Amino acid sequence: MTLRIGSGAAWWADRISPARRNAEEGDLDYLCFETMAEATVSVAQVRRVSDPNFPGYDTYLDDRFEAVLPGCLRRGTKIISNQGWVNPIGAAERIVEHLQKLGASGKKVAAITGNEITDRLFTVTDTILETGEPVSSLDPASLVSAEVYLGAEPIVDALRAGADIVVTGRVADPSLFLAPMIYEYGWALDDWARLGQGSGIGHLMECGAQVTGGYFADPGFKDVPRPWDLAFPIAEVESDGTAVLAKVAGSGGLISRDTVLEQLFYEVHDPANYLTPDVTVDFTTADIVEVGPDRMRISAIGGKQRSSTLKVSIGTREGYIGEDTFYYAGLGALRRAELAREILVHRFDEIGLQAEAVQIDFLGVNAIHGSASPTDWPEPYEVGVRVVARTQTAAEAAKIGREVDGMAVSGVGMTAKRVPHADRTRAVVGVWSSLVDRTAVGYDVTMLES
Amino acid sequence: MRVPLQRVAHIRAGDKGNTSNISVIAYDLALFPVLEEQLTVAAVLARYGERVAGPATRYVVSPLGAMNFVLQGALGGGVSRTLSQDNFGKALGSALLDIELEVDDALVPLLRGPA
Repeated sequence: MTLRIGSGAAWWADRISPARRNAEEGDLDYLCFETMAEATVSVAQVRRVSDPNFPGYDTYLDDRFEAVLPGCLRRGTKIISNQGWVNPIGAAERIVEHLQKLGASGKKVAAITGNEITDRLFTVTDTILETGEPVSSLDPASLVSAEVYLGAEPIVDALRAGADIVVTGRVADPSLFLAPMIYEYGWALDDWARLGQGSGIGHLMECGAQVTGGYFADPGFKDVPRPWDLAFPIAEVESDGTAVLAKVAGSGGLISRDTVLEQLFYEVHDPANYLTPDVTVDFTTADIVEVGPDRMRISAIGGKQRSSTLKVSIGTREGYIGEDTFYYAGLGALRRAELAREILVHRFDEIGLQAEAVQIDFLGVNAIHGSASPTDWPEPYEVGVRVVARTQTAAEAAKIGREVDGMAVSGVGMTAKRVPHADRTRAVVGVWSSLVDRTAVGYDVTMLES
Repeated sequence: MRVPLQRVAHIRAGDKGNTSNISVIAYDLALFPVLEEQLTVAAVLARYGERVAGPATRYVVSPLGAMNFVLQGALGGGVSRTLSQDNFGKALGSALLDIELEVDDALVPLLRGPA
């Protein structure tokens, strides 16, 4: 037996069509969606307060399920997804509606809840990992939410209870893919070798096209065939967790030793000790062998006993960012940009801008690598002037855009500026991390039926 | 001969909090000793200057021909707080591509890209 697990999304705004293609052509046992970033929960909580129509789950949930449900129902593909965000039960109810619309009755949809610990944060956590400061140093009034990264276990429970679709909030990304392996092959939850290998495969899968030729091409050095037609990966998993990474026939992109290695290290710190809620993964022993065109066999990823703690993600309100951009082109563009910067520095002084930090970048010169950008390169033909500041209040942040407005008729010659503009002020939700003892965290599985 | 790192290895950057990890993967296992010897933590931090506050750690995985740099204080406070246009630091690793490395003539046929 080989278990076929496909990727349906690597992030919230990922493409939908490769998910549909995996559902239609991937002959999948499972299709797994990863749609959450570090700040997703906090941003969702902030939005819930300001937007009563926001349902609290993936804003693309309808698009995704409309795309994949017909194929999944035809093939009997189960779906595992973290699209529940801060409202997994609401997401499950919505999925039931989609099933009913297609006439699929008797399908079981499980919602996993219980990982939000906002109310208990100050009693169950100690230290902020990024700063070493105590969690109690955070201003309770600024706290938006705190949630634990759950592992594969609650998803396995839901599958054992007969779920066809499992929707979760915060779950560690590899766990979404590990859960069906544990369930289908009956792995023990302390079988560290298999859990390590399986989590390693989950890690390679969870960023979707990043292992099939996305975030990879560098023309002349690393070329990708038909990069406009990338597929999301499929893992063909054997009972010991060894897997062949593959993609649907006829798609563009590539799966190679190089794409696998880049993804193997992606967002990993110590590659011998990659902490997940299920197991500590050791990637350093991985064996990567090409077994066919766009088919890489991955084995020998190691596993060690899991940590006694789980990671907590904490979101806090931290003020605002104001931002706007304008442009110069042709002979002397950079000199005009430099004069514009000088004008703005004087203006911010003049109006008494209250900001924690102000930054003026030149797009085309130093906006990406900052002070690490070379100063002896040829002058660019076009320069964008990007002005950005972090402030305590929205009113101060709005001053950035208002001062850039002034650059249209009171600034430098030959200034290009796009009007109308939008979204020049945004609220900042900062993310901190901490640890919680895993015995302090539970979860619930709520089963709905279509 | 001296060549830019771009011809020796490829790079991917990932983010967690205010930390960026940048993997550097040799195009051929035989090229890896060049990286191991010359692409030190000091060389990487020197390339970034003030852009990366540090500290930094290098994890070497010789059997895979790869090393992983973990750069703390590299993302301006983190994805949501930073003032950088590249708030995830997705293009941060590309600054390493122009670091010059000394490569033995015997290894030159293994280099990628145009000379």
